[in-house]
Amino acid sequence: MDISVEIGKIKLKNPVMTASGTFGYGEEYAGFIDINELGALVVKGLSLLPKEGNPPPRIVETPAGMLNAIGLQNIGIDKFLKEKLPYLRQFNTPVIVNFFGDSIEEYVKAAGRLSSADGIHGLEMNISCPNKEAGWSVFGTDPQVTYRVVSSVRKATDLTLIVKLSPNVTDIALMANTAEDAGADAVSLINTLTGMAIDIRTRRPKLANIRGGLSGPAIKPVAVRMVWECYKKISIPIIGMGGIISADDAVEFMLAGASAVAIGTGNFINPGVTMDVLSGIKSFMSAEKLNSLKELIGRVEC
Amino acid sequence: MAKNHFLLTAHPLNTMPSPDPGQFFMLSVDSRLDPLLKRPFSLHRLVLGDLQFLYRVVGKATNILKDKKAGDIMELIGPLGNGFPVNEIEEKKPVLIAGGMGIAPLVALAEKFTERQPVFFYGARNAEEILCLNELESIGITPVISTDDGTSGRKGFVTDIVEEFLYHHPSSSFDYALYSCGPKPMLETLSGIAMKYKIKAYMALEESMACGIGACLGCVIKTVDGYKRVCKEGPVFLSEEIIW
Repeated sequence: MDISVEIGKIKLKNPVMTASGTFGYGEEYAGFIDINELGALVVKGLSLLPKEGNPPPRIVETPAGMLNAIGLQNIGIDKFLKEKLPYLRQFNTPVIVNFFGDSIEEYVKAAGRLSSADGIHGLEMNISCPNKEAGWSVFGTDPQVTYRVVSSVRKATDLTLIVKLSPNVTDIALMANTAEDAGADAVSLINTLTGMAIDIRTRRPKLANIRGGLSGPAIKPVAVRMVWECYKKISIPIIGMGGIISADDAVEFMLAGASAVAIGTGNFINPGVTMDVLSGIKSFMSAEKLNSLKELIGRVEC
Repeated sequence: MAKNHFLLTAHPLNTMPSPDPGQFFMLSVDSRLDPLLKRPFSLHRLVLGDLQFLYRVVGKATNILKDKKAGDIMELIGPLGNGFPVNEIEEKKPVLIAGGMGIAPLVALAEKFTERQPVFFYGARNAEEILCLNELESIGITPVISTDDGTSGRKGFVTDIVEEFLYHHPSSSFDYALYSCGPKPMLETLSGIAMKYKIKAYMALEESMACGIGACLGCVIKTVDGYKRVCKEGPVFLSEEIIW
């Protein structure tokens, strides 16, 4: 059975990845799973300078999901390269670094810095963050801005470049298309859906940041639909994510068009979930007598 | 047990490191999608290898938990976080302060301190919510009780009573160290008292958590060194670190 998959220049031994921001820098999960068994590890989003993040409360559970407003807290690229990357180099698993900036210049600098480091196999651009030069509107909701930032980063790196799409748009396939045209090797989707929760007794928002990103099983049907819409429009691979907590969920994303899947909130519920999903995909394939992931990817019959 | 309060005893099916008082476990109340996340519970006591959790029913998860039957299997992760330091300051006189459900980790801590004859203050809303008196008695501790409504012990806030004690018993013959768990406003007041009397105070904090293992960054509190994770750097902090 062949469950390997290629994302740009990266060869994944299996399609199960971690979603950025839910897997720390890997160490947090070393006591629960064998990191070597992951298809790829995507680390918590990094910026050139460290970021303190939002004040608490930062998370609130909602039906079958959770809202988070962590505020992109991170240790910064330099500290990551010095203190976290050496640990990750020991594993036989590709390391993909998620990163972001608040201007195109910052994205380009960050990509350049990360590309010169040894032990990073790919970059995932978070474009769901605010743009300083455009009144803090979100990069990834305007196709022209998306094109500019992705094509600028493309020139700054030879690493496999994945663009993580925001679902908070009218036409996700247009954004996927834009990323492809701008030189992305793959897209990952979906990032969290913007949401809000209110404490009806205090009449206050439950998050200090008021708004937060919704994740977990609650968003899965939205994510599956978006993967399917993108799959029809682009020819680069899709990394599907959004509420995956089981192998069945993962297979559903593949049928919609995902070449690989990433698990996010599921890691919080069960830190060993990636391995459960991986073994479940294998059992599903043998039960269905499938020899390759190609027999699943995009094979939904509509 | 008092109304709405329950004691859950869990027999671990796997081996685990021996937990310290103040450490916590993430409990999965069931496999439904709502509630989705595991919940952090402070360990109450370890009795013959079994884990005991003391809790009050406050929401969705605890409501499911209270209906568990003997023999049910649950998934839990732990022990997690850093508990109370029990050996670091051996020459000091332990003063334990529990507020409401903050009693949960402090009985086991008091047990560790029995030789040093800890002073134990225990405040709750009313007499009904004063728990664990038999357990405390069995380890030779008679707590100074206070309730908001005066139905048990002295009427008033436990923090006022602690301050009165420190005022009347200045640390002449021995130094004190405070160990506390309870509602945030109580801990904040206590933090001010500790500063005033120049006493080290260790506090077990509580925050909503998604993962409990340091990955989600959801449970942070503000400290003098920036945000720290209650699950990983805590849940026990020195009060002087915390920015309230």
